[in-house]
Amino acid sequence: MEAVSRATWVIAYRDLLRFVQDRPRLIGSFAMPLLFLIIFGAGFNRVIGALAPGVDFIQFMYPGIVAMTVLMSSLMSGLSIVWDREFGFLREVLVAPLSRTGIVLGKVAGNAVIAIGQGFVMLALAPIVGVQLDFILVLKLIPLLLIVSIPLSGLGILMASRMRSQQGFQMLMQIIITPLLFLSGMFFPINNVPVWLEVVSKFNPLTYGVDAIRQVFLSGNASSISVDSSYAFGITVFGHTMGIIEDAIVMAVLGIILLSLAIWAFGRQE
Amino acid sequence: MENGTKIIEIHDLTRKFKQLTAVDSISFDVYKGEIFGFLGPNGAGKTTTINMLCTLLAPTDGKATVNGYDILKQRRQVQRVIGLVFQDPTLDDYLSAEQNLRFHAYAYGVPRSVREERMKQLLELVGLSDRLKSKVSTYSGGMKRRLEIARGLLHHPQILFLDEPTLGLDPQTRFHVWEYIHALRKEEELTIFMTTHYMDEAENCDRIAVIDQGKIVALDTPDNLKGSLGGDVVMLEAEEPENAIHELEEKYNLSPHIQGKTITFNVPHGETFLPKFLRNFQSKLVSVSVHRPTLDDVFLKLTGHAIRDQEAGAWEQFRRMMPH
Ligand SMILES: Nc1ncnc2c1ncn2[C@@H]1O[C@H](COP(=O)(O)OP(=O)(O)OP(=O)(O)O)[C@@H](O)[C@H]1O
Ligand SMILES: [Mg+2]
Repeated sequence: MEAVSRATWVIAYRDLLRFVQDRPRLIGSFAMPLLFLIIFGAGFNRVIGALAPGVDFIQFMYPGIVAMTVLMSSLMSGLSIVWDREFGFLREVLVAPLSRTGIVLGKVAGNAVIAIGQGFVMLALAPIVGVQLDFILVLKLIPLLLIVSIPLSGLGILMASRMRSQQGFQMLMQIIITPLLFLSGMFFPINNVPVWLEVVSKFNPLTYGVDAIRQVFLSGNASSISVDSSYAFGITVFGHTMGIIEDAIVMAVLGIILLSLAIWAFGRQE
Repeated sequence: MENGTKIIEIHDLTRKFKQLTAVDSISFDVYKGEIFGFLGPNGAGKTTTINMLCTLLAPTDGKATVNGYDILKQRRQVQRVIGLVFQDPTLDDYLSAEQNLRFHAYAYGVPRSVREERMKQLLELVGLSDRLKSKVSTYSGGMKRRLEIARGLLHHPQILFLDEPTLGLDPQTRFHVWEYIHALRKEEELTIFMTTHYMDEAENCDRIAVIDQGKIVALDTPDNLKGSLGGDVVMLEAEEPENAIHELEEKYNLSPHIQGKTITFNVPHGETFLPKFLRNFQSKLVSVSVHRPTLDDVFLKLTGHAIRDQEAGAWEQFRRMMPH
């Protein structure tokens, strides 16, 4: 037990230390979400207009961008393992008397902190896109971002246990992640698309993470939008519209599965 | 040393990579407090053996214990008592020296009360105290190596594995590294298991195992290994080499080799052989020299090639290809 907890904190500590000292990554991690927000936001906002009473496109997309920041950042847990393997530091970690399970948990914990921090930095853009923030909303966001971060960290580590090169990892990441992101309801409401797209999106677990985050934002802005708007984009599964808690449960289950697989795969590698 | 306590015991240890048998059923023991040298040409299986002993790689077959702990079943205990300096760097370049050391101390659970003092002492030992705060990426290759040595000792290991610790170090630093290795062994009762390609360094070892193509081909003290060659090496140059060789074979019953203009042969006691030989030898000599056998000679005989061959520069290889 002591070996697990020591491994968890020492690995998380190092990842955090490394993150604050690595400025290119710090800046780079904001580039893509910001680009999406500016380009899609500016490009489509006029054309598309309000998606629901009181919610225009940019306000719809903004929570998705926060989710995206967290998702991308969480996957970095895997990239950092591949990086460490390539530059040798992973050996220093693996010969230390640290539990492998603890190492994985440390990666996940460190990345969750980084991911939530980055999600919060994106909150600075809220006033610009016309989304109101209040204390309760921010407070609700913390556990939610955590629960969205864990499955992706797990997925990253799972992939990293097999990959030997950064290029390989990044390619796999593009292949898996790009469709998952685009089909998660991040950029368009999935209630209003062709059936095949709707079905695929509903099978994509990320959809529920994005939905939960969006619901928190929209219900937080309930005063400025009409009563039902926060549910206007709700994900309907078998006639039931998913609430925040149910969305969170989907993510939690996914998190447990991917994390267990990651622990198993990381423990087996040489 | 022979009757000391065994700290590493290896029985029929084997590791295969697909068809390739990198380590082929090796068995030997290492005694507490000795400097054990592990020599062999490139690809002989040295690093693979170390990786198995330090729990990074599972053996395909056989078993080994380190400080009495099984390398497969008691990994955590093994990991606690060993320190490592790998052949390739394993530092985090983006952190400072101090941060790298501190990470190591946390990872090994070094108590706070000893941590800072020990870090200070080790950094002084390797002469890096003034570069404590700089990122490792700004260090030279030799400085990184020294930092890794300091880090490997931070948690007071009982056994230090050094995979070519002096690779790429300047002669002065190499000398210093050896100074600490000797000092450490005295002060900390450390056992050292090391590989090297420098034969003059191998002389510092108490015992040497030579591994070739995954098999142990010799294991003894440096003196005994050299003794096994059958005496001193005499080299001479004669005006008429054919006559000289003939005379050596007929009169002295020796089996000389000729390489270029130099005739080489072994005799048990070079210094007493030579005066008598010079008085009686008929052929005209240009030069004579005698030297004690070196580990290079041993290595050449055991593995069929000089250890330097593999590292000879392009120019050297080019020169050898040219007709003389
Ligand atoms: N992970 C691996 N996968 C496949 N083959 C490997 C692997 N690691 C080592 N080998 C092979 O095993 C053999 C022994 O390699 P090893 O690294 O142990 O040699 P070495 O004695 O340390 O050599 P050097 O002096 O060059 O460091 C080599 O033929 C090498 O190609
Ligand atoms: Mg090697």
